[in-house]
Amino acid sequence: MRHIISILLENEAGALSRVAGLFSARGYNIETLTVAPTEDMSLSRLTIVTSGSDEIIEQITKQLNKLIDVIKVVDLSEAAHIERELMLIKVRATGKDREEMKRMADIFRGRIIDVTEATYVIELTGSGSKLDSFIHAIDTDLILETVRTGVSGIGRGDRVLKV
Amino acid sequence: MTMMTGAEIVIRCLQEEKVDYVFGYPGGSVLHIYDELFKQDKVKHILVRHEQAAVHAADAFSRSTQRVGVAMVTSGPGATNAVTGIATAYMDSIPLVVISGQVPTTYIGQDAFQECDTVGITRPCVKHNFLVKDVRDLAVTIKKAFYIASTGRPGPVVVDVPKDITAAKCKFEYPAEVKLRSYNPVIKGHSGQIKKAMQLLLGAKRPMIYTGGGVILSNASEQLTRLTRLLGFPITNTLMGLGAYPGTDRLFLGMPGMHGTVEANMAMQNCDVLLAIGTRFDDRVIGNPENFATVPRKIIHVDIDPSSISKRVRVDVPIVGNVQDVLDEMIRLLEAEQDKKDISDWWSEIEEWRARQCMNYAMKDAIMPQYVIEKLWEITGGDAIITSDVGQHQMWAAQYYKFDKPRRWLNSGGLGTMGVGLPYAIGAAFANPDRQVACVTGDGSIQMCIQELSTAKQFGLPIKIINLNNRYLGMVRQWQEMFYSRRYSQTYMDSIPDFVKLAEAYGHVGIRVDKPEDVVPALKKAFVDHKDDLVFLDIRTAREANVFPMVAAGKGLSEMVLADENL
Repeated sequence: MRHIISILLENEAGALSRVAGLFSARGYNIETLTVAPTEDMSLSRLTIVTSGSDEIIEQITKQLNKLIDVIKVVDLSEAAHIERELMLIKVRATGKDREEMKRMADIFRGRIIDVTEATYVIELTGSGSKLDSFIHAIDTDLILETVRTGVSGIGRGDRVLKV
Repeated sequence: MTMMTGAEIVIRCLQEEKVDYVFGYPGGSVLHIYDELFKQDKVKHILVRHEQAAVHAADAFSRSTQRVGVAMVTSGPGATNAVTGIATAYMDSIPLVVISGQVPTTYIGQDAFQECDTVGITRPCVKHNFLVKDVRDLAVTIKKAFYIASTGRPGPVVVDVPKDITAAKCKFEYPAEVKLRSYNPVIKGHSGQIKKAMQLLLGAKRPMIYTGGGVILSNASEQLTRLTRLLGFPITNTLMGLGAYPGTDRLFLGMPGMHGTVEANMAMQNCDVLLAIGTRFDDRVIGNPENFATVPRKIIHVDIDPSSISKRVRVDVPIVGNVQDVLDEMIRLLEAEQDKKDISDWWSEIEEWRARQCMNYAMKDAIMPQYVIEKLWEITGGDAIITSDVGQHQMWAAQYYKFDKPRRWLNSGGLGTMGVGLPYAIGAAFANPDRQVACVTGDGSIQMCIQELSTAKQFGLPIKIINLNNRYLGMVRQWQEMFYSRRYSQTYMDSIPDFVKLAEAYGHVGIRVDKPEDVVPALKKAFVDHKDDLVFLDIRTAREANVFPMVAAGKGLSEMVLADENL
């Protein structure tokens, strides 16, 4: 099962490597990992997408909580939540492909943010699977480069992760 | 407030923490600190011969006293040599503060002389670690280190201090206490869960108590003994938990696990309610978790670390809390309870297992190692601090020395580090100057930290080394005998030293023992005639003696091999 785990941790040197090191040391898998400071600069918010049985996810949560730099851990996917990921994708846009790319970007509510004679850079946000769908929907030979931020997530409604 | 250098601050912090002994080894990056050590006499420094031994000795100091052990090493190789000691302490949850020197902050990352990423290297084997980058953070960081090491589930904490920080000056103020918003260990157990546990226990027909190192770390032996006796239940202590309950008591079934007794393993396997306290269902204790899970039993698990619960086996009643506090509450509930189930049928079953007398061994012409431990127990009145290395001798010591009290048995249970025995004896001897300290070791293990004979000489420590010398790496040889058709690959020690001469070369007393009838006189000579000397007893034991019972790796607890069964 895929899980999105959100972590509040001290924004200190080495804190991220403690989290990443825990995953590799215990053989847990990381699909994506994003991290940035919050409105309180002493705190970082980290989102990890991982997968595993209920037992493994329970252990991941407990082991994360054990790290001294970790303040709070929540499994976002346990309840209603929103997930978003940003992708920048550079595609070849020449001849008939140029119009096609524009159309695909529109359909997926993407924005073209850089234009040259032969290329576009398209900015796209959505769930991970929406970004996957876009990649599948266009001709892969036309993809020059992709960069994805990994998933960020937040609970819906009153679910708040705060110190 | 006066201005102090970082080096002065380090020493002042140790004084504030009432540290008597620091085990360490000097070097370039810690020169300023060693200079400050020199100028005072409150904190005594014990110079070892290898940094690994410094950490082991600090670890044993802690194991035998419950206080935080302190070690000090220099940067680079000093720190990497300390890693085995740190990992050993981490696996057994021993509170340590290790202060390591580091190259000056401006050199970090430049591949400077004796530079290594100490924080990076030790990260997976510490409870926490710090790199101090500003002298103004130094005192509070050391305070945090002691606090983190000794609270919750204890563990080692490394404080890496660059050399320029030890020279920089600031005002010194030692905080009375520290708080970390991200670290609040649970102490009190959930009372609803404790009530539920007591109901289960009182309703059990075949109850069993199984406890580990957590009881010792929590200083809860008294509570455990009281609870067990009030309940009248059978009890087993793991390798790490020996001494938490009196080993000579009738309710005690011996150690469980790979080399556990028939009665302990069968009771673990066949009970209907298992009370697990401060223990972690380790692979060497329960064997294969799938096999363990084939029996439907209710499990109550008391542990301070939530991640220990339901890690290897599913638990029915988890209780997160400090063992001592939880046991106190259990005792309170139990004292109010009159109605107890009759479990005499269960006891008769256990007595049948006990009647197999699985610890019996045949005496031969050669010295049986088990016999040596039995005699050691007699001569020391069962009350010495016994340290061991890792291997067959460790298991025999655990099986045949009946520990009645906690903090008498020091060994590397989790990491299984060969070489700890002698440095452990050194750490224990400093912490317990009035107690007999013996190191049970083997001809393989003792050579892994043999240089510490020199430390023992320097400080006049009257340690007794019981070297069960079978001229083999015995435990590996046993596995090769049992599982590799006696192909003794690299387990024969072709040119072991003359240990008697070696002991003498270091200035100690060495005695060789070859015959069974000489064992007792030699032990007496060591413990009585040479009471104040370090004595190295090189005891030539039966070469191919094996440790039994044995549960092979990956097997279940009920699949034991006994001594009288043909292999």
